[in-house]
Amino acid sequence: MTERGAPTILEVEGLAKSFGGVTAVDDVRFSVAAGESVGLVGPNGAGKTTVFNCVCGQLRPDAGEVRFDGRPLGDLPTYRRARMGIGRTYQRLEVFPELTVRDHVLVAARAHLGGGHLWKDLLGRSATTAEERRVVGEVLGLVGLGHVADVPVAALGLGTCRLVELARALVAEPRLLLADEPSSGLDAHETRALAALLHQLQVERGMAVLLVEHDLGMVGAVVDRAIVMDLGRVVADGAFADVMAEPEVRQAYLGVR
Amino acid sequence: MEQLLGFAVPGVPYGCAYAIFAVGLVLTYQATGVFNFGYAAQAYVSAFVFGWLVQVHQAPVWLAFLVAVVALGPGLGIAMDRLLFRRIPPTHGLAKVVTGLSLLVGIPSLLPVVFGNQNLVGLPSIAFNPNTVYFHLFGLALAPINGVFLSSVVFTAAILVVLTVLLRATPLGLEMRAAVESRRLVQLEGVNADRVVSAAWALSGLMAGLAGVLLAPTQATLQSQAFLTLMVAAIAAAACAVLRSMSVAAAVGVLIGVVSLVAQGELPTGSVWYSAVLPALPFVVLFAALLVVPGLRALDDSRDPLASVDPPPPPVAASVRSPQLERVVRPAWWLLLLAFAVSMLTWMPRAWETVLDQGLAYGTVFLSITLITGLGGQLSLAQGTLAGVAAFTAALLALHVGVNFFVGALVGAAVAAAVAALLAVTSLRLRGLGLALMTLAAALLFDNAIFSQPALTGGTAGITLHRGWLGAVDFFDPNGHAFFVLALAVLAACAAGVRLVQRGTVGRELAALRGSEVGAAGIGINLAWQRVLVFALSGAVAGVGGALLAVQRASVAPGEFNYQLSLAMVVIVVTTGVRTVEGAIQAAFGFVVVQELLQYAPQRFSGLTFVLFAAGALSYAAHPEGIVELQKRRWTARVERIVLRHPPPPGALPVPAGFGEPVAGEQR
Repeated sequence: MTERGAPTILEVEGLAKSFGGVTAVDDVRFSVAAGESVGLVGPNGAGKTTVFNCVCGQLRPDAGEVRFDGRPLGDLPTYRRARMGIGRTYQRLEVFPELTVRDHVLVAARAHLGGGHLWKDLLGRSATTAEERRVVGEVLGLVGLGHVADVPVAALGLGTCRLVELARALVAEPRLLLADEPSSGLDAHETRALAALLHQLQVERGMAVLLVEHDLGMVGAVVDRAIVMDLGRVVADGAFADVMAEPEVRQAYLGVR
Repeated sequence: MEQLLGFAVPGVPYGCAYAIFAVGLVLTYQATGVFNFGYAAQAYVSAFVFGWLVQVHQAPVWLAFLVAVVALGPGLGIAMDRLLFRRIPPTHGLAKVVTGLSLLVGIPSLLPVVFGNQNLVGLPSIAFNPNTVYFHLFGLALAPINGVFLSSVVFTAAILVVLTVLLRATPLGLEMRAAVESRRLVQLEGVNADRVVSAAWALSGLMAGLAGVLLAPTQATLQSQAFLTLMVAAIAAAACAVLRSMSVAAAVGVLIGVVSLVAQGELPTGSVWYSAVLPALPFVVLFAALLVVPGLRALDDSRDPLASVDPPPPPVAASVRSPQLERVVRPAWWLLLLAFAVSMLTWMPRAWETVLDQGLAYGTVFLSITLITGLGGQLSLAQGTLAGVAAFTAALLALHVGVNFFVGALVGAAVAAAVAALLAVTSLRLRGLGLALMTLAAALLFDNAIFSQPALTGGTAGITLHRGWLGAVDFFDPNGHAFFVLALAVLAACAAGVRLVQRGTVGRELAALRGSEVGAAGIGINLAWQRVLVFALSGAVAGVGGALLAVQRASVAPGEFNYQLSLAMVVIVVTTGVRTVEGAIQAAFGFVVVQELLQYAPQRFSGLTFVLFAAGALSYAAHPEGIVELQKRRWTARVERIVLRHPPPPGALPVPAGFGEPVAGEQR
């Protein structure tokens, strides 16, 4: 349980990761409550994406533990973590250029539900069901991609591709969404719309959001709490406005206390 | 001890031959970022031209050396860079492998076409006389040091020192290493990267030429086959050095040569170790290196920060056809199939029916490449081997247990699927080039350790199929059409299966995997399972095709399923289109028809089939969808524009307002 009374969905304890001789993350510990929206902020090279990669299982930490919903994730592969309810968008786009926007969301929905089997394909029973059409249509409508549903993502701009990643993550109804710089490539109007959407999802679906973002305006609009990292360590953790006023944070961001 | 040395000393020249090739592979990889499968072909060209000048035209050795090594070697290297490898985007590891394989398959077949069939025997050495014994090591009579030994050791050492100094201690070496990381980034720093990379290819070509001329006198008759086998063995040495250290590659190469010869001398000749393990030793080393050495897991991962500016692959023709055109094209395909079937059953001359029957069987095997490469995005160089595994399983079950051949073929397909799945499981951490090398090692292990056992596979002649093994229907009847009906049904069933998988959930998940493994895992796709599944499926399809080929030929022989066939098959299918079912079928019919037509041409043109397909595969870098698929897309666009008056499908669909201009490939 967290201070707010909601159960803890993500716990990171003593996480450490080095690449060669460079320490990317050192003794990082924090927790996120179910339905809570938390900003993970800090200057470039602070170790934010490394933390995300350790939570998702794309990197194996040198030390420390990650628990999701009270369960230690250990060496669980990425796909198993995704099926447990950890959704993710990426700083560097990870879309599937040959698929249309609709197929992106559909393949994610089926991967989540485990509905894809070879025998079904071979018997020609892989056609999209009415329920799948409804769910996919709903998610595409939610992120505003309905009108480009049948366009291959190879033909889309960077900002739209970020929304495709978001829709792909949302269709699996994650309990925790890790959003890595989602506003990168979006203009001011699109960024505001995205911030509103993330806030809406958090409130309506009770989905926890862990947001890595350089646009502090967007972070302020979305999160309840901020964790500030610098040089691989957590330097502050608390309400967004309070944290941003702390001298260590000002030092990390602006070089002044 | 004297006896041991007596075996070890002749092993040194063999080891040096591996070492020279391994050093060349490492140099090319270090200086150009390409694992050059065509290296053996380059070496063979220089050796061939050297021998042709000396023996046919009685040119002095020094002049032949200048032409074949100093001029032709670097020239060929520069041509390969300018015309082929320079055009391949840094992220397209598969295209680099396919281009190298095309050169490996195409160049040796092209030489007889240009120079005629030449029998080059006993070529001269450029340095020491091979037949002269200069001294005895430690004065031991069993350890004579002859010219072959001296020239191998002296040249290997000299090459090693010169190349190490060049790469590590000269400004050009530094520029070469930087250009490997990112040619475009180096250009932004003001360096003429094209010149640097051309220099690297010229140097690599010079090395290949030198290796060819050095190795030529060690062969009684100059044959490309020996160069190919030598290079594949040298890959093991290069892999042990993680394609980084030339000295480690050379040391491992020499060690493999010496250990092979010592083991050959020490092991009892009748044992399995002698007949099965020893010939496969370099490939066992390669297999082990790929499993154990972590550096080989992501060999062709691009480190180019500017790699994201490259566009994604173009769509296949079928995906850009309008519904109106689709309504015409689909019935046209059915009509064509009907016309083909009626022709085969009525007026087709017997000789051509046999040829086209073979095309149907090859088409089934080739579909396995559509599965693994077109859908799975991975390159397997063992599909011919898997076909052979099923064919031999069926034949052995019929021969020894009396099982009906077709029941045996199903068991064989299951065994081939299991072998493929096992291969996938053992190589889960490998991808791209590493995985391709692993499958090549597996193919060579089967060739040298299993298919070569006469007790198992019936020796070179193989196992002859008996009519009774196939049930009541006579599939060997020269006047009947039973085999045609069977082969057509099997190919149609396999093609339909591949299409269903392609369009189904597994196909979509594989498309996701080809796009981004990280993204696919992030949405819950089990990458390992998908890899094993697609390998097993392709193994089963290859197995079914292998059994069909056996029935068509009425025999199963090791030579029909060797690793050269696997290499050639990849090149052939890639030429027509590896992403579509019809691409595999067109490849099969193209292959058998061109081969048949060349029967009527002079004998020097017999290898032209491979030259033609290799030439087609060379366009893979520019058109990864295949040249036939490219033409289909172009014609689709023309018909849409002229007949249907539709705007041409550009491959990128219109982008709705408010989302900015398309930035295909941006940060992807």
